[in-house]
Amino acid sequence: MKPVYINSIGSVSAQKTFDNKEFLNEIRDYNDTVIHVIDPNYKEYIPPAAARRMARGIKMSTVSSKNALTEAGIENVDAIIVGTGLGCIGDSERFVSDIIKNDEQFLTPTRFIQSSHNTVAGQIALGLGCKGHNFTFVHSAVSFESSLIDAKMMLQNNEADTVLVGGVDELVEHHVTTHRLIGHIKKEPVTSKDLLQSKTEGMVMGEGSHFFVLSNKKSNSCYAQLLAVKTFNTLAKDQVQQKIIALLEKQEMTIKDIDLVILGNNGDVNYDDYYEQLSASLLKNTSQAYYKHLSGEYDTATGFAFWLANKILKTQNIPESVQLNTVEPSKLQTILVYNQYRGENHSLTLIQKC
Amino acid sequence: MCKGVAITGMGAISAIGNNVQENYDALVSGKIGISRISKVDTVHKNDIMVGEIEMTNDQLKQELGIAKETAVSRTALLAMLAADEALKQAGINDINDCETGLISGTTVGGMDQSEKYYFEYLESDEHWGHINGLHAGDSTQKLADHLGLTESFVSTISTACSSAANAIMLGARMIKSGQLDRVVVGGTDSLCKFTINGFKTLMILSDTYNTPFDDERKGLNLGEAAAYLVLESDEIVKRDNKKVLGYVTGYGNANDAFHQTASSENGDGAVLAMEKALKVSGLNPSDIDYVNAHGTATPNNDLSEGRALLRMFGDQVPEFSSTKAFTGHTLAVAGGIEAVYSVLALQNNVIYPNLNFKTPMKEFNLLPQTTVKQKELRHVLSNSFGFGGNCSTLIFSKEAQ
Repeated sequence: MKPVYINSIGSVSAQKTFDNKEFLNEIRDYNDTVIHVIDPNYKEYIPPAAARRMARGIKMSTVSSKNALTEAGIENVDAIIVGTGLGCIGDSERFVSDIIKNDEQFLTPTRFIQSSHNTVAGQIALGLGCKGHNFTFVHSAVSFESSLIDAKMMLQNNEADTVLVGGVDELVEHHVTTHRLIGHIKKEPVTSKDLLQSKTEGMVMGEGSHFFVLSNKKSNSCYAQLLAVKTFNTLAKDQVQQKIIALLEKQEMTIKDIDLVILGNNGDVNYDDYYEQLSASLLKNTSQAYYKHLSGEYDTATGFAFWLANKILKTQNIPESVQLNTVEPSKLQTILVYNQYRGENHSLTLIQKC
Repeated sequence: MCKGVAITGMGAISAIGNNVQENYDALVSGKIGISRISKVDTVHKNDIMVGEIEMTNDQLKQELGIAKETAVSRTALLAMLAADEALKQAGINDINDCETGLISGTTVGGMDQSEKYYFEYLESDEHWGHINGLHAGDSTQKLADHLGLTESFVSTISTACSSAANAIMLGARMIKSGQLDRVVVGGTDSLCKFTINGFKTLMILSDTYNTPFDDERKGLNLGEAAAYLVLESDEIVKRDNKKVLGYVTGYGNANDAFHQTASSENGDGAVLAMEKALKVSGLNPSDIDYVNAHGTATPNNDLSEGRALLRMFGDQVPEFSSTKAFTGHTLAVAGGIEAVYSVLALQNNVIYPNLNFKTPMKEFNLLPQTTVKQKELRHVLSNSFGFGGNCSTLIFSKEAQ
């Protein structure tokens, strides 16, 4: 199997991550139930006239995808693959709301067009003039991982040499309101540092866009090698451990080879147990990190985790703000990311220093 | 990457039938499914024609053994009915008896319910069960649960009108590369105000029966459908001594990179997709016996696709037809339902008529097949194109290549 390299990264998130030279130097603390991205200076990337009509998801992704391409030192790619739970949901909501309020009259196409889940992937292709494979995955918490799986398969089977892979989701009002109604979003604000101790139901919802250039050729900018990605639509709590061991076995590894595990704890008292039981058993002697107190929870929040893992391997530094236990790794070579959302759509992603 | 991808089961529900056999019978007897809309209360009901499935949500639930009050979108219900049929034909009793995946394409997900209760959610908790249905992946997750699929690769593709084609493509690639032994692939979309109004604002809805590749075509009829195929590896076919209906031998996806909603004048993306698919299959253009065209009957698509066919096949364009005059444009499902039709074409050595065609387009002298034709078919090529410049081609063959 050909190796798959992660040659560059790009991020727009609730932390100041849009500058690849920095690495969580200053942490933005929140005390809320929803957290928005820290906006980069969009004018540097998008002409203001175009930006006005643009969905937020497209704007964020224009910046993160451009940063990834620039860092990789390339102008085009063979394929573009995007994961997004909801696409440009802001436009979908506006279109539905206009349909109802105006009794299906006086509508304009822009909102509808941007509602297509594949708008971000399509817009990036249009901007680059990229005529290659163009896929969009929309499957809740494994949207981003589905994209990684597709990209990895393309690179290993000689279907492409360079792939732009990303995950994006935007935070919008009606979606927040309805998800608060059904208890998926916390009722009470919680501070970033207290997220895991909140002992309340639901999560703090966030947003963000993360893009990566994956290639079968290692560039000077290379961050890591993508070893494995696997997703599971369902998984009982007591099965997670077994799946991790099986994934590692396939790589001829054991848990001892994992220097750091990045967990998706989001402070939901009903579901964090999936992580806590691992922390207390299989991962007891493994260095652990978490991140959703910095990024918020959203369908493609694992894009932030993947960004974090790559950054840690490249800088050989685990920022204090993400440390979940006190185990010090003896080296930083291999990182495992585990995530699930509300007990469904589990994912395991394994990367290694290159 | 040298494994065969066998099709061992198919299921379909559309405006022309509630199962695969009914769909086939309609195609060869010229029974169309286009009518006035009855199940969506839209102000445009007198201005548009649609390909609507007869069964109501309550009837679908009854058929599926789902309690009436359970919150499930029409999109998910249609998916369950079609996927059940596909699994039954494939003779699968235990879906988890090998590494099985599920990849479904959809554009609207649970929008048919979300748009009904959008403001009502804020007033009463009666329909809160539908809130999570807005996630496109929710319909797939529900389908996986319905099929009893656990601890597996389950994902959703949304690339507008090529979604199901891309789901089939991904499934085929995952079988070929040994990641899965079996995968259920296809798509589902139900009619809703959201898409009716969206396409209305784009001014590409016909007010009468759609007429693919006709010079006086006025636009598309929206349709609803669900269609799934069971793809299995050579090993599983051998292990279970399966009857193979056909093979996925070629696939290609390319981007037109021209416009967010319109196809390029010369069909660049379409040509690239067809070229890729032929390359994967190892076939030459002259090996293609029938093209099941995207043929939405919009002025833009049919011109662009027609030109792409001419660029691809020169003066040897094989018999081609669009079946959208029967079903309407079923959006995400188009590539799925037409995959089922393509395999049926191979099995029965039959080419379906492109209905409602009268006047050749003035830009070229391409004539679709307008009557049912018997012909020995070995390879059928099917096109699906979507917003975002998304162009997909699949090739289905009688024998593995």
